[in-house]
Amino acid sequence: MPNATLEKTASKQEAPATYMPHAQGQADERQMKVKAPIDAPAKMGVHDLDLYYKDFQALKNINLDFPQNQVTALIGPSGCGKSTLLKSLNRMNDLVEGCRVEGDITLDGEDAYRSIDVNSLRRRVGMVFQQPNPFPMSVYDNVAFGPRTHGIKNRADLDEIVEQSLRDAAIWDEMKDRLKKNALGFSGGQQQRLCIARALAVRPEVLLMDEATSALDPISTAKIEDLVGELKNKYTVIMVTHNMLQALRVSDKTAFFLLGEMVEAGPTDDIFTAPADPRTADYVAGRFG
Amino acid sequence: MSQLHIKEGIAKALFVAAAGISILAVALICVFLFANGVPAIAEIGLPEFLFGTTWRPANDIYGIFPMIVGSIYVTAGAIVVGVPIGLLCAIFLSRFASGKVAAFLKPGVELLAGIPSVVYGFFGLVVIVPFIRDNMPGRGLSLLAAAVLLGIMILPTIITVAQSALDAVPKKYYEGALALGADHERSVFRVIVPAAVSGIMAGIVLGVGRAIGETMAVIMVAGNQTVIPSSIFDGVRTMTANIVLEMGYAADLHRGALVATGVVLFVFILLITMLFNVIKKRGELK
Amino acid sequence: MSAKLTIAYESAGTPAVAPGSGDHIDSLFAAVEERHRKQRRVVSTLLRLVVYLGALLTTAVLLFLVGYILINGVPYITPALFEWEYNSTNVSLMPALVNTLIMAGLSLVMAVPIGVGSAIYLVEYAPRGSRFVQIVRTTTETLQGIPSIIYGLFGMLFFVTALHWNLSLLAGACTLAIMVLPVVMRTTEEALLAVPDSYREGGFGLGAGRLRTVFRCVLPSAIPGILGGVILALGRCVGEVAALIFTAGSIAQIPNFAGEGFAALFDSTRTLAVHMYALASEGLHVNETYATAVVLLVLVVLLNLLATFAAKKMNKGGADA
Repeated sequence: MPNATLEKTASKQEAPATYMPHAQGQADERQMKVKAPIDAPAKMGVHDLDLYYKDFQALKNINLDFPQNQVTALIGPSGCGKSTLLKSLNRMNDLVEGCRVEGDITLDGEDAYRSIDVNSLRRRVGMVFQQPNPFPMSVYDNVAFGPRTHGIKNRADLDEIVEQSLRDAAIWDEMKDRLKKNALGFSGGQQQRLCIARALAVRPEVLLMDEATSALDPISTAKIEDLVGELKNKYTVIMVTHNMLQALRVSDKTAFFLLGEMVEAGPTDDIFTAPADPRTADYVAGRFG
Repeated sequence: MSQLHIKEGIAKALFVAAAGISILAVALICVFLFANGVPAIAEIGLPEFLFGTTWRPANDIYGIFPMIVGSIYVTAGAIVVGVPIGLLCAIFLSRFASGKVAAFLKPGVELLAGIPSVVYGFFGLVVIVPFIRDNMPGRGLSLLAAAVLLGIMILPTIITVAQSALDAVPKKYYEGALALGADHERSVFRVIVPAAVSGIMAGIVLGVGRAIGETMAVIMVAGNQTVIPSSIFDGVRTMTANIVLEMGYAADLHRGALVATGVVLFVFILLITMLFNVIKKRGELK
Repeated sequence: MSAKLTIAYESAGTPAVAPGSGDHIDSLFAAVEERHRKQRRVVSTLLRLVVYLGALLTTAVLLFLVGYILINGVPYITPALFEWEYNSTNVSLMPALVNTLIMAGLSLVMAVPIGVGSAIYLVEYAPRGSRFVQIVRTTTETLQGIPSIIYGLFGMLFFVTALHWNLSLLAGACTLAIMVLPVVMRTTEEALLAVPDSYREGGFGLGAGRLRTVFRCVLPSAIPGILGGVILALGRCVGEVAALIFTAGSIAQIPNFAGEGFAALFDSTRTLAVHMYALASEGLHVNETYATAVVLLVLVVLLNLLATFAAKKMNKGGADA
């Protein structure tokens, strides 16, 4: 594996970003971050997936692996099915009336729909939403909600989990003196990181992020992007984003969706520098979407 | 000035006058109640009136403490009976019912709200009172009968207000709870219900207002003894019942004392309305 | 993933996630999760049952109450009950029924124009946030919370005693009018607020004055909502007792408008609900009381259906706009 790292670093230097000259200055610094190799084992997988909303087919024959301890980005124009795919990974699509899933979704090789209890699945596959949605209760109770749900009652244990989760989400310093404050009193960026902490508090293995920064200001966005870079050391991260630069900065693997189909998937750098499909090339060059 | 302007001006003046009538009405109600009640209280003496435990108009003794306690007991009983059922029913309608079941139950609740209180009272008289008389101590006409009946009567108020509060909780809270691995029941009871708590409280306060002001149904089932009840099977008289039962033949100070009972009830209601507004405001701030 | 690899991939900054820090916490979850899941399933099933029970009880109370009254009352709905003249043998509810209609009609004739007028002022004329509007809102809310016995007391002190109207149709109707005024106001206000601003702009754009705009463009599409409020108010008038016994009295006769003209307004009358209260408290005519309750219930159900129908119409109107 160290070899792979070296190779990656090398290719990075000789592959300057030719695709979006106007965004250079902003992107440069963070692109320096070294990306992980793509050949990690798959944590989650989607095989021959078809998804219907009543008669409308929202996803067509999707096959995609999500490598362990890496960040996978799902990109594509609005309505391409990327959010739908994300929501089917932790069965949040169950809430949508008339939604039907065919094909397989696996978590560690297990069938996520048939052999794992839905509440366990959602514990193991956490989710952060587009709009920050902390519960209207204290910071502490927000973070402790998940652990309590799964049976942890001991106060000392909860204290430890709350602190560790807030630290993992890099807001312990901001929140430690305000644990009893109502979570709705914080800024949007703080709320979103609190939601990340809340998701981490149940020790998920996979973290789904559904355009988690689209409602935030640039500074909060940068903080969360940095955080994602750290989180992948412990978690497998799958993110939906509208922001191609964000996918480029943060992700190791990228999958491009169009009209319910997956056009192509691969190492992020390949998708952005040498896409196999002309439609991908057009999209990442900003010619549509 | 053109004819159009004159017409507009007259219309506006009429609308303002119409809007002013509700102010006038409240002012008149206050003036007439207080003008007729306060002198009687002054004559009886405020402490003797409020805290006197004997009500014997024949001897000019007017202590309404048993009635104040009666109103509070009956209202508290109605809350004990009505709030849990009403709240659960609201939770059901908001988060558990399928469309078909809700389409049946919702108009049912509206019908429950529309049934006149005499019909409720009569129902209490022919069903609840005999049931208590046959199965429990006492004569049936009791605090318990009034509490059960009022509990039923405030159901629609609590259900309607609580349901709209629950319906107003954003979907994102529910989704957030589910995404953490909570099941439907836990998400509803630990996230949605707490988030709707100020609306639910408002519904309960509204129910309290309705229960404490209810008159005809209570008279028909409560027994109306002017004694502080020592058990839930004893009869009880509320402030509202006191007014209706004796106003027909009261004169002079007795009549004044009855109006004064109304004044005390009115003050109670004003306090409840203020409490309701405070809760509503706090809910909006959140 | 080992600590070595973690460090190898980090470029700058201190890692927020201390490697291996989650081990203890992971074991906490592992210790309780399996057992707790079973517990949780039991708790959730119980909660669901309790919720269903609440709904079931409400339904049961409704069906039992309505069913009991119907079963005991319907057999006693006889022609005698609907004879024009009341006497103690036929216990006819006809005069009371007619009185109810006259009483409710009279109070609505007073309450509706005032209620609709003030709602028009609040929504269409008043400057936003004016003191006057705030006071009107507060008083309306206060009026809505006042129990009917207080209205009855007031009616007795003001209309009956101070104005010397005695126990009369007019005193009762005026008392009821004040009582239902906030209902009409609130529903009209909501109906007017639901009318999109584009309707008003349309009216002003054609050069119509405010008055013309309100009556031609705004009011028509708010009619179903206002009607719903009027029906609600009608329902309260029909069922009211406490506000009427000391203002309108309990004479079971239709006021003699033909003979007395407007002086009949000052006759004492008994509405259907008061009639039923009188029967129930006398306790002599239990069967007729049931039958009267049935008639009252049917009236209320009919009014409810009408109100629902009006609300549906309103919603449809909103969807078209």
